[in-house]
Amino acid sequence: MENRKEEKPTYPKYAPGTHVRTSDIRDKKITYTWWEPEIQYAWSLGNAMSKFLQGLKEGKILGVHCHKCNRLIVPPRSFCEYCYGPTEDWVELKDTGTINTYSVSYLDPNANRIEEPILIGVISIDEAYPKPMGFMHYFGEMSKDEIHIGMKVKAVWKPEDEREGSINDIKYFKPLGGGE
Amino acid sequence: MTKVCVIGIGFTNFNPITPDMEWKDIMYEACQKAYVDAGVDPRRDIDSFITCAEDYWEGFSIFDEFVPDQVGALLRPCCTVCGDGIYGLGNAAMQIQTGLMDVVSIEAHSKVSDLLTYGDVVLHAMDPIYDRPVSGPVERPNYAGLPSYPEENPKPLVGSSDETDRVHPYFLAGLEMQHFLKTTGTTEEECAEVAVKNKKNAFLNPYAAYEAKISADHVMKSEYCFKPLKRMDISPNVDGAVCFVLANENIAKDLGIEPIYLEGFGWSSETPWLSTRGMEAEYARKSAEMAYKMADIVQPTKEIDLAEIDDRFTYKELQHLEALGLARKGEAKTLLKEGVTEIEGDLPINPSGGSLGVGNCLEATGLQKSLEIIMQLRGHAGKRQVPDAEVGLAQAWRGLPSGSGAVAIFRRG
Repeated sequence: MENRKEEKPTYPKYAPGTHVRTSDIRDKKITYTWWEPEIQYAWSLGNAMSKFLQGLKEGKILGVHCHKCNRLIVPPRSFCEYCYGPTEDWVELKDTGTINTYSVSYLDPNANRIEEPILIGVISIDEAYPKPMGFMHYFGEMSKDEIHIGMKVKAVWKPEDEREGSINDIKYFKPLGGGE
Repeated sequence: MTKVCVIGIGFTNFNPITPDMEWKDIMYEACQKAYVDAGVDPRRDIDSFITCAEDYWEGFSIFDEFVPDQVGALLRPCCTVCGDGIYGLGNAAMQIQTGLMDVVSIEAHSKVSDLLTYGDVVLHAMDPIYDRPVSGPVERPNYAGLPSYPEENPKPLVGSSDETDRVHPYFLAGLEMQHFLKTTGTTEEECAEVAVKNKKNAFLNPYAAYEAKISADHVMKSEYCFKPLKRMDISPNVDGAVCFVLANENIAKDLGIEPIYLEGFGWSSETPWLSTRGMEAEYARKSAEMAYKMADIVQPTKEIDLAEIDDRFTYKELQHLEALGLARKGEAKTLLKEGVTEIEGDLPINPSGGSLGVGNCLEATGLQKSLEIIMQLRGHAGKRQVPDAEVGLAQAWRGLPSGSGAVAIFRRG
């Protein structure tokens, strides 16, 4: 044991490692293989989601009931995940809600810093229940300092001729003005 | 050891395309039917839920996150097994045998019509250094009538800009078939008879998608895809879902259900080295050995009354028959010729129509085959009923390019 104490360590206590750089790959300094898959899907949406998206195209937010669990569900689905029974009775909901939670996001998908942060969060749609019940979306016409949990918001829709049956037929949610 | 029973089965029809249904809907339909069949409420009576699914088929990373709602598993023990449905049955049985769970749901499905580039996903399962560069998709081998690729980009460039010398990854089945024909003295015509039999059986199965009255001549005249493999030797893809409910024997008795026991199961995997591994379905032999031992089966040919075995390609049924010990090497063709494997024969094989008649339902293949065994053992198989069936075997392979598979053996109580 005494001898071992005197031995110099054969490796550093802290090894920072060597980073692989994009240029190392480009210059073939390391061995690698490259593959770019061409994989495409087109998911059939089924009754419930098709009806919801058709509603968005018409400028409406649709919900569906589970009477057994006393839920008014949005986005609607064909069955209730709580009781496992089918849903029924479709209704149109007002396009207003409350910010349930949000984040001020500074990075784009490639982790680049963006100047104007994107406001994104979850909206509880007013007439849907129980809370929280709603969907995720962008926020606009408000600053990162104004946005807060509990803020009343309203959907801003794309013009009718630009709507295509997508969640992005709503551009964003804006603060609900006093007169609305 | 705790005995494990099948207490419920549920399934959708099998269809080449299902544009009216979301993938969640077909899972919900199969599971709901299985729970009604078993007489259980999933929100109260089922302890654990297993879905067998592969992310690439689904188009979701971490697909298990998308499973709970439609199988009734919200906030309950739930997981996915990335493999064929029979692997799910084995996992469920083990959960029950440990005493941790009493009732377990197992679901598997195919929504392959949502996948526009089936060939690319198969290709992506091949080794990227040695095997993938010699292969590449030329056309989607799903005959559902959907376009393979957008017209403006009919063939994607894969791997390199040179696509002239590439073949669809199904060529691997051509390699194996060539080997099978040579080593067993089987002919292409004899393989063609498998398609004739299974597509004929499918006429008697209301949920099958690819029933047809054909002769071996039809198969022989279908175009070569990967010689000796022809178009009609290949099982076409299909959408569908199957759900099983397994339970501890005592639960089955409490529910007053006539038990069908999961007597044995086994699974086995080959090396991924395509050019090194055997071409004689060693995975099937090994998984059967494990299952036979568990089920106390000593003479499979005498003790097994019927079997549903993997026939994703015609020669596979014959190859698997031999690997499972249900035929001697080189004799599978003789059993077929002599009518032994017909519904009215001594050892009916694929009375459901198999994958050639029902369709290739990817990871649901093993459950589709197990489903047929349960219907037969219950005496609920209608016009394709095998009389006095007591013991049935279901076997599935994981499909190209895998060398993995599983076996399940069921016995009427």
